Amino acid sequence: MNSSFLRFSSITKKIWMAFLGLFLMIFLVVHLGINLCLLRSDGGAWFTAAAHFMGTNYIVKVFEIGLFAGFIIHIMLGIILQVQNWMARPVRYMVSNKTYTPFLSKYMIYTGGIVLIFLIIHFINFYFIKMGWVSNVHTSAEGEPNFYVIAQELFAQPVYSILYILFFIVLGFHLNQAFQAAWQTLGVNHPQYNTCIQRFGTFYAIIVPLGFIIVPVYFLLIR
Amino acid sequence: MAELNSKTPKGPLSSKWTQYKDHQNLVNPSNKRKLDIIIVGTGLAGSAAAASLGEMGFNVKIFCYQDSPRRAHSIAAQGGINAAKNYPNDGDSIYRLFYDTIKGGDYRAREANVYRLAEVSNNIIDQCVAQGVPFAREYGGSLENRSFGGAQVSRTFFARGQTGQQLLLGSYGALSRQIKLGTVKLYDRHEMMDVVIVDGKARGIIARDLITGKLERHFGHAVVVATGGYGNVFYLSTNAMGSNTSAIWQIFKKGAYFANPCFTQIHPTCIPVHGDYQSKLTLMSESLRNDGRIWVPKKKADAEAHRNGKLKANDIPEDDRDYFLERRYPAFGNLVPRDVASRAAKERCDAGFGVGPTGLAVFLDFRESIGRLGKHVIEERYGNLFQMYEKIVDENPYVNPMMIYPAVHYTMGGTWVDYELQTTVTGLFAAGEANFSDHGANRLGASALMQGLADGYFVLPYTIQNYLAGEIRVARMSTDKAEFADAEKAVQTRLDKLMSIKGTRSVDHFHKELGKIMWENVGMGRTEAGLKKAIDLIRKLRAEFWKDVKIPGTLYEVNTELEKANRVADFLELGELLAFDALNRNESCGGHFREEYQTDEGECKRNDEDYKYVAAWEYKGEGDFILHKEPLVYEEIEVKQRVYK
Amino acid sequence: MKLTLKIWRQKDAKSAGKFVTYALDNISPNCSFLEMLDILNEQLIEKNDDPVVFDHDCREGICGMCSLYINGRPHGPDDAVTACQLHMRKFHDGDTIVIEPWRARPFPVIRDLMVDRSAFDKIIQEGGYVSVNTGGAAEANNILVGKENSELAMDAAACIGCGACVAACKNGSAMLFVSAKVSQFALLPQGQVEAKQRVKKMVRMMDELGFGNCTNTYACEAECPKLISRSNIARMNREFLCAKVS
Repeated sequence: MNSSFLRFSSITKKIWMAFLGLFLMIFLVVHLGINLCLLRSDGGAWFTAAAHFMGTNYIVKVFEIGLFAGFIIHIMLGIILQVQNWMARPVRYMVSNKTYTPFLSKYMIYTGGIVLIFLIIHFINFYFIKMGWVSNVHTSAEGEPNFYVIAQELFAQPVYSILYILFFIVLGFHLNQAFQAAWQTLGVNHPQYNTCIQRFGTFYAIIVPLGFIIVPVYFLLIR
Repeated sequence: MAELNSKTPKGPLSSKWTQYKDHQNLVNPSNKRKLDIIIVGTGLAGSAAAASLGEMGFNVKIFCYQDSPRRAHSIAAQGGINAAKNYPNDGDSIYRLFYDTIKGGDYRAREANVYRLAEVSNNIIDQCVAQGVPFAREYGGSLENRSFGGAQVSRTFFARGQTGQQLLLGSYGALSRQIKLGTVKLYDRHEMMDVVIVDGKARGIIARDLITGKLERHFGHAVVVATGGYGNVFYLSTNAMGSNTSAIWQIFKKGAYFANPCFTQIHPTCIPVHGDYQSKLTLMSESLRNDGRIWVPKKKADAEAHRNGKLKANDIPEDDRDYFLERRYPAFGNLVPRDVASRAAKERCDAGFGVGPTGLAVFLDFRESIGRLGKHVIEERYGNLFQMYEKIVDENPYVNPMMIYPAVHYTMGGTWVDYELQTTVTGLFAAGEANFSDHGANRLGASALMQGLADGYFVLPYTIQNYLAGEIRVARMSTDKAEFADAEKAVQTRLDKLMSIKGTRSVDHFHKELGKIMWENVGMGRTEAGLKKAIDLIRKLRAEFWKDVKIPGTLYEVNTELEKANRVADFLELGELLAFDALNRNESCGGHFREEYQTDEGECKRNDEDYKYVAAWEYKGEGDFILHKEPLVYEEIEVKQRVYK
Repeated sequence: MKLTLKIWRQKDAKSAGKFVTYALDNISPNCSFLEMLDILNEQLIEKNDDPVVFDHDCREGICGMCSLYINGRPHGPDDAVTACQLHMRKFHDGDTIVIEPWRARPFPVIRDLMVDRSAFDKIIQEGGYVSVNTGGAAEANNILVGKENSELAMDAAACIGCGACVAACKNGSAMLFVSAKVSQFALLPQGQVEAKQRVKKMVRMMDELGFGNCTNTYACEAECPKLISRSNIARMNREFLCAKVS
C-alpha cells in the first residue's frame, strides 16, 4: 500500500487526506454523542446501551472498518506528505520564516502527532479491551466489558483527566485549521462561502472538543 | 559593400505584403527539419519567432542571458498594444494606424514596413487572444480599448498596466510548447559573444555559458538577433540592468550596418532621479496621461518654494498652475507624442519652473479625474502603477500629485534591415527593438509591442524562408571549422584582455561616467559643440576603461562583473557612433533634437531636403564609421510638418 | 543608515557555503535594497573581494528575477513588493540584515544568492499555454469573455514566476505558482480544450521535480509580490479532481 501511495500525485494524496479528515470529523460527533451519555445519572444505562449497540450492530461494524482505514490512511498520508515536505528543503534557512500564517497552521503534523498519541492510549484503554487483547477486571453479566465503569475509573484519576483535556485542546487547534483547509483542498473556495466555512470550522473546533472535555470535568469536579 | 537595397516589393502600398508572400520562396516540410535557425533574445520578437518557426518544423536554438525566457525586458512594457481593429467605431483603419505611425515617427520610417506593421496588427490581437492573453474586457465580454499618445482614436488593447508581461507570457507559453515538443532548444544564462560568418553568410554564433564561463560554438543556417535596444548607453534608463547592445554591436563590427543610432526616445513619465546610487529609472505608463494632467507652477517663486519643501503642490491654487501641454497643444493636450511631451517638460524645468528637491520634475495630477470619475475608477485603471509609485517615492499619489521627469526609454535606431528584416550580412536577421525599421525618429506609445510581435509572429517566419529556401542544400556545418575557431579565439582574446587589465576602477564607474556624458550632451537637447565634446570625452573614457577597469574573479565561473565589463566596452563604442550620427543629422526630428534647429516656438525643425534618409553606418574600425544613405520615398503619404496643436 | 549584513556566500553549486558578515555605512533610506547591495559590491571590488552574486534585471518588480530571502521573508519585510522595489526606509539604522538564497530542492544554489529556477520553466513546458499555432486565429471578438472571469484570469496571470511562494512555504511547495497558470486558463474559454491534460501534466511535473506538498499555511499568498490568491490553489485542486474523476 505504501508504495502505491507514494506514486499518487501530491494533490491526490491531499484530497484523500481532506476527504478522510472530514469523514473523521463526522465520526467524532457520533462519538461525542455517546460520551455525553456518561453525564446522565442513570448508572450508565444509556452509555452501556449505546456501547452495546456500537459493539454488536453489523452496519456499525462495517463502518468501523471504514473508520479504521480512514484513520490509518489519514495518518499514513500525513506522514508521507510530511517526509516529502522535509525532503523538499534539504538546506534549511538560518533565519526561521517570519511570514504571517494562520495560528498553528504550520504545525499540523505536530498537533496531529499529539492526537495520535492520545489515540493510542485511548485504544489501549478501550478498544483493546473490547477486542479482548488486554485483560479486564470490569465485566458485565453477559461477559461484555463494562465501559462505564472503566471510564469512571479513568476520569477519577486527575492526571488522566488533565491529559485528556489537554489532548482535546490540541485536537481543537488541529480541527480549526483542518476544516477550512480540507475544503480548500477539495477545491471549495469562494468569497461568498469562505467566511461561513471558516466560522463553522472554528465553531466545530470549539464545541466538539468542549463537549468531550465536559465529561472529565464533570467526573472530576461535580461527581 | 553593396548598395543599400531595401528590397521593398513593387506595387501599390496596400498590396505589397500580400504580393511578397504570394511570390516568395518557401521551404518544404521535409527540408525544414534539416535547417537550423539561431535566435538570440527571448523577448516578444525572439520568443514569437522561435515559437512560430518551431511550429513550422525548423530546428531552432534560442539564447537568453536571463535564467528564463520569461524575464526578457518586453515584460516590463505597461501600457498596451495598438491594432487597427476599430472596435470602438471611432474611425480607425489600417491606413490611419499606418499614417499615425509614420507621422509619429516624424517621416523618418520606411513606408512599406510601417504599412505592413499596421496590416498585421489585427492578426496579433487575434493570435494573442487565442493564446489566452487576458486583455481587458467590456462588460459584454468584448475587448476594451483605450487611447494613447499621438492618436485621435482609441486603438490600444491592454491587460491592466502589465500588457507587455501578458503578451510575453503568451509568446513564452508558445515557446515553451515548442521546447517541450523538441523543435526549439533553449540556452538560458547564455550570452552571445559574436556572430560567425562563413563565406559571407552568417552561420552561427559564439556564446558564453554564464555559469561555467566556457565559450560554446553553435551552428545555424541563419541567425536572428532580437536582443532589444541600447538605451543603457545612458546608464540610467528604464531598461533592465542587463539590457545591452553587445549582440547588435558585434554584428555591426562584422558588417551589419547600424541605422539611425541617434533616434533615442526619452519617455516623459518616469519617476525622477533621486540620488547618485540610483541604478535605474522607473517608468510610469504613458496611459496615465489619459486621466492625469501635467503642470508646473506659473510663478517661479512657487516652484522654488516647492523645491525647498516650503510649499505643497496641493496648496498651489488652480489659477497659479500652468498646464503647459494643454496650453501649447490644445488639440492633443496631455496626449501629445512622447518626444513632444518630454521636451516641453524639460523646457519648463530649464526655465526654472521645475519642482521637487532637484527641480527636475513636473506634476502629473489626478485630482480632477478623481473628482470626475471617483477614486475607484482611477484605482481600477491604474491601481498597480499608483502602488508602484507609492512604494518607490513613499508618497500617496491619490492625494498628492505625482512628480515625473523624462528618462531614456526606447531606441528607435538599431541594426539596418531590409523589408525582409535581413541585415547587410546575408543570413543574418534582426527583429524587434534591435532593428531600426518601423518607428522612424520617434515611436508612438503601444507600438513597440506591436512591432516586436509583428516581426516575431508574422513577418520573420515568412521572410526568413525566402532566404532559407536557397540554403536547403547546405548541410549542417561542423563547428570545428576554421571560421568558428577563429571567432572563438577572437572572443577569448578580448575576454583575456579584459581580465588582464586589473585596474583600479569598477565597471559601474565607467558606465556611470559614460551615462553622464551621454545624458548631458547626447540627451534631450543636442548641440554641435556638445556632441563634439561628447565624442572626445567618450574616446578618452574608452581609453581609460581599457587601461584601468577592475574585474575581480576569473573567466571560468559566474562573473557578473566580467559580463558587465563586456557590455560596457561595447556601449563605450556605441556612444561614440550615437554622437556621430546626431552630429551628422543637422535637423531636429522626433527623438533627435538639435538645439540649432528649432522653430521660434521651440518645436522641431525638420530638414526634408537634406535628411529625409536612413543613416546606415558601416564599421571600418574603432571610431571609424562610413555613412550610407537609404533615401526615404513617400509614395502614399504627403510629408507634412508634424503638428499636434 | 548604518547596517550589518550577513550574507550567504557560496562559490559554486558544489562548494560548501557560509555566512559572511559585512558592515555598511551611509546608506540613504531612499535607496532600494538592490542598490544597497550595489554599494556593498562596489566596496568589495575596491577591496579586491568577489562581489556578492544575486539575480536581478528589470528592477521594477516585473521580471521576477530577484530572489532574496531577507530576515526570514522572501523579498523582505514589505508586503506586495519584490526585493528590487523594497526600499531601505523599511529598515532601521543599526539593523542587522540576514540575506539568504531561496532554499528548495528544485532550486539549487548556483552561486551566493543566485539559484536555478529552471524547474518553473519545466512546469510551464508541460502545459502552461494554449496549444495554438501562429496564424489562423479567429477574429478576436468571436471569443467573448465575461469581465469578471477576465479580471480573475488577469489576477492569476499577474504571476511573475519569482519563486517567493516556494521560498516562503515551509514545504517548498510550488502550488501557488502552478495554480496561477492553471487558473488563468481554467477561467478563460480558450483554455477549456486542454484543461484536463494541462492540470494533470503540470501537477505531475511539479511533483517529479521535488517540490513539497501544500499544507494550507498560505505563506505563499502572504509573500506573493503580485498578491496571487490562494483561491487559485483551490481552483487547481478542483480542476485536478474533476480531471481525475471524469
